[in-house]
Amino acid sequence: MDSQNTSDKLPVGVIGAGVFGTAVANLLAENRDVILYSRRPEVAENILVKRIHRGQKMSERIKPTSNIEELTSSCTLIFPVVSSSGFSEMIRTFSPYLRPDHILIHGTKGLDVRLKQGETLTEKTFLNRKMVRTMSEIILQETEVMRVGCLAGPNLASEIALGQPAASVIASRFDEVIREGQRALRSSRFQVFGNHDITGVELAGVLKNVIAIASGALSGLGYGENARALLISRGMVEMVHIGKLMGGDPKAFFGLAGVGDLIATCSSEKSRNFTVGFRLAKGEKIEDILSSMDEVAEGVNTVKVTNAFIHSAKTRAPMTETIYKCLFGGMTVKEGVDYLMNLPLGTDLDYFS
Amino acid sequence: MEEQKHTRKGWLYEPLFPDVNTWPIYKLTQERDEFLKEVKEAAFKAAKEQTKTNQGLNEELAKTYYLERIRLKTNAWAADKKDEGPFWEGVKKKLLKLSPENEKTPDLNEDNILESIIDRYTEEIAGFFSPSAYNFAKEATTFGFARLLNASEGKGISRFWKTRHNLHEKIRLQGDLDHIRTLAKKGTLVMVPTHFSNLDSIMIGWAIASLGLRPFLYGAGLNLFGIGILAFFMNKLGAYKVDRRKKNMIYLETLKAYSTIGMVRGCNSLFFPGGTRSRSGSIETKLKLGLLGTAMEAQRLNFLKDKEKATKIFVIPVVFNYNFVLEAPSLIDEHLKRTGQQHYFRENDDYSTSYKLAKFMLKFFTKSSEISISFGKCIDLFGNPVDNEGNSIGKNNEKIDISRYFMTNGAFTRDSQRDAEYTKMLGDEIVKRFHSESRVFASHVVAFVAFELIRKRHKKLDIYAVLRLPEEDQKLTYLEFTNGVSRLLDRLREMAANGEVHLYHELEIPEIDKVIETGIKNLGMYDAKRPLYKTKDDFIMSEDFNLLFFYHNRIEGYGLAKYI
Repeated sequence: MDSQNTSDKLPVGVIGAGVFGTAVANLLAENRDVILYSRRPEVAENILVKRIHRGQKMSERIKPTSNIEELTSSCTLIFPVVSSSGFSEMIRTFSPYLRPDHILIHGTKGLDVRLKQGETLTEKTFLNRKMVRTMSEIILQETEVMRVGCLAGPNLASEIALGQPAASVIASRFDEVIREGQRALRSSRFQVFGNHDITGVELAGVLKNVIAIASGALSGLGYGENARALLISRGMVEMVHIGKLMGGDPKAFFGLAGVGDLIATCSSEKSRNFTVGFRLAKGEKIEDILSSMDEVAEGVNTVKVTNAFIHSAKTRAPMTETIYKCLFGGMTVKEGVDYLMNLPLGTDLDYFS
Repeated sequence: MEEQKHTRKGWLYEPLFPDVNTWPIYKLTQERDEFLKEVKEAAFKAAKEQTKTNQGLNEELAKTYYLERIRLKTNAWAADKKDEGPFWEGVKKKLLKLSPENEKTPDLNEDNILESIIDRYTEEIAGFFSPSAYNFAKEATTFGFARLLNASEGKGISRFWKTRHNLHEKIRLQGDLDHIRTLAKKGTLVMVPTHFSNLDSIMIGWAIASLGLRPFLYGAGLNLFGIGILAFFMNKLGAYKVDRRKKNMIYLETLKAYSTIGMVRGCNSLFFPGGTRSRSGSIETKLKLGLLGTAMEAQRLNFLKDKEKATKIFVIPVVFNYNFVLEAPSLIDEHLKRTGQQHYFRENDDYSTSYKLAKFMLKFFTKSSEISISFGKCIDLFGNPVDNEGNSIGKNNEKIDISRYFMTNGAFTRDSQRDAEYTKMLGDEIVKRFHSESRVFASHVVAFVAFELIRKRHKKLDIYAVLRLPEEDQKLTYLEFTNGVSRLLDRLREMAANGEVHLYHELEIPEIDKVIETGIKNLGMYDAKRPLYKTKDDFIMSEDFNLLFFYHNRIEGYGLAKYI
């Protein structure tokens, strides 16, 4: 492998100036110059002037922009960090500017669904794996970029912003992507592990958000740690079950991006998905919760997708189904818990069956 | 279907490059010493890189010696050189001298030994190209093919000497042939055919000549070089020798270096990426990526050397479709043994003598109905379509610069793991195109429907049990069979409209009875036992269920079973 010194001189790109995008930009800025893209010019302008955004102080090395070409022509390493609902549109907009030598490492934990025009996603919608895309699959299908990776792990943006120690996983089929990502992100307060199973890592990061909603709901009901431990460990079984159906290797679920992230999101009141569950248990309506939230809780869309997917695959996933009913089917959280507690017992561990 | 036009000599096209002196494959022979030196250097570098340290290399050499000794003892071939024993004895002696307890011998180290082994392997692998032998083989094949085909149709001796035009009606070359010829002038071609029958190698050689392309570099099993007349030609047609018994790293790296440098030097290349003939009869889904990876490496080297002026490499997936495969009974037998894990499997040769080969050819042509050779659209090494100028066209319908796939942070980099991943992705793309380029024959349809209908009746049984069902349980009424065929045809037509597969012209006939009749007539017409036949009282039955399974597998992998 030829050594590369040029890489340290090139700036790194970040697409999306949400809470997590901003945190990632700040992390990168410890090593490199960063170009941070926001779709809205006023946001870029605001960052430039105030140097504070989403409650985070912005490093001097971060240059905000709303010009796509400025980012794609000066960076080869780019981190797209936008919500899954806007991801495919963003990628299509960027696609004409992306070249074969770009490396994209996304930090979005959601799924994209391709439906026929005019169709909306309900529990009756038939979904097969071809219709459900992970973010890396969107990049591969819509752009010339082949070197794709994903960033996943217990990375609560607010804690990272405070400079607390944390770690993440970069998953990619390519050693090169992992290496370049590590060089750009690693610092004394941020560890970066590599993993080759990008699908598994993406799915682990996506599916844990569903369990996080349930965890918030348990807290909302005033339940304690016994209930949460039950939820997390049984939730893990279900994540692996669905993950396998979607083509992920179970192993990824036991790493930092799986169980690590699951514990963090299920225990943190700072997590958006947790908050959704918490407020739901307090009796609020889902529409009201979502409309009052500043950023997207990915878990809500993920519940919709996985619920339709498991029905289409003619299998069961009781927790996901119950959470779906609590969110969209008029079931109360208390009823949901009672239903789950009265299910016939299964085996404790059946990951590898 | 429209009749294809021909050149005076019976080929589809005139040769693109009539002057043999411009042929890269001929230059390999003319500049043999220089070429082989490059191969040896590349192989040496690759082997050193893989073993990292001197200690690592020492262990690899010892392992190689050990494996070669076993091969010599347990699996010797007629094509083996006589001095193999002494050579490997010498390697052993040198290795012993290098052991730490012995005093150092000047001028002897691991690198020398590695060099001597690579030297030997390179000389063994390397082929020669003789233009006159090539021309002779070219003419002889056409002549032979045409005579045999005519003989099969003929009533009297006069038919034997009829015009050659029948040949291209029997063996259909399909796809965008003009595009292939245009690109042959712009870059280096790599053909990757499916592999069902031993006949494929001869067919593809004939097809390449008929397209007017320069001959291709290809690897042929070393065992074939031990067979009289075949050896004579193989030795002179530029084929390099591949010894499947040698699986040691040094050998494989030498082989890859030969292929890579051949392509860097502009030779068109041919690989059967499935490795060996498809045992099950289905289209390959898992490819051997070793030789495909050499195309990737050659492309990288081209870009490194010539930047934007670099020669590009174009990949052409090729699909053979036959109504029957001569070797079908033994192939499916091996497949079932393998998957059933009942027996140890050993590679055997279906044409180990010139006589057997001739008999094989004769039977094939005199019995055969049509053969289709479909040439898929040309793609670059990253699966992109290519325009007439050789430009890669990306997802936004614009030209893209694929040399940048080999760059990191704006500079060319060497990263074998990265390139191996690219190769895997290319392999997936080729598999996809094998399926979409394949031509479905009526015989495939009838075999598939008959087998699936019977399998459906016995859902609880595994495949081995289904194959052992008594004859009376393998009986279908003509009505249920027709209904099945009709449902499958509906689905296939839908898929063809979406570009997911191609249908052979005989499937365009609207009368379903005719389709069935053609299918049953053509299906396995050579085989002693008919895979499918219609009884007088209108039942569909099979004399050989294993064979039916084999032919059924041809269109497996499209998810068709649920439509029947």
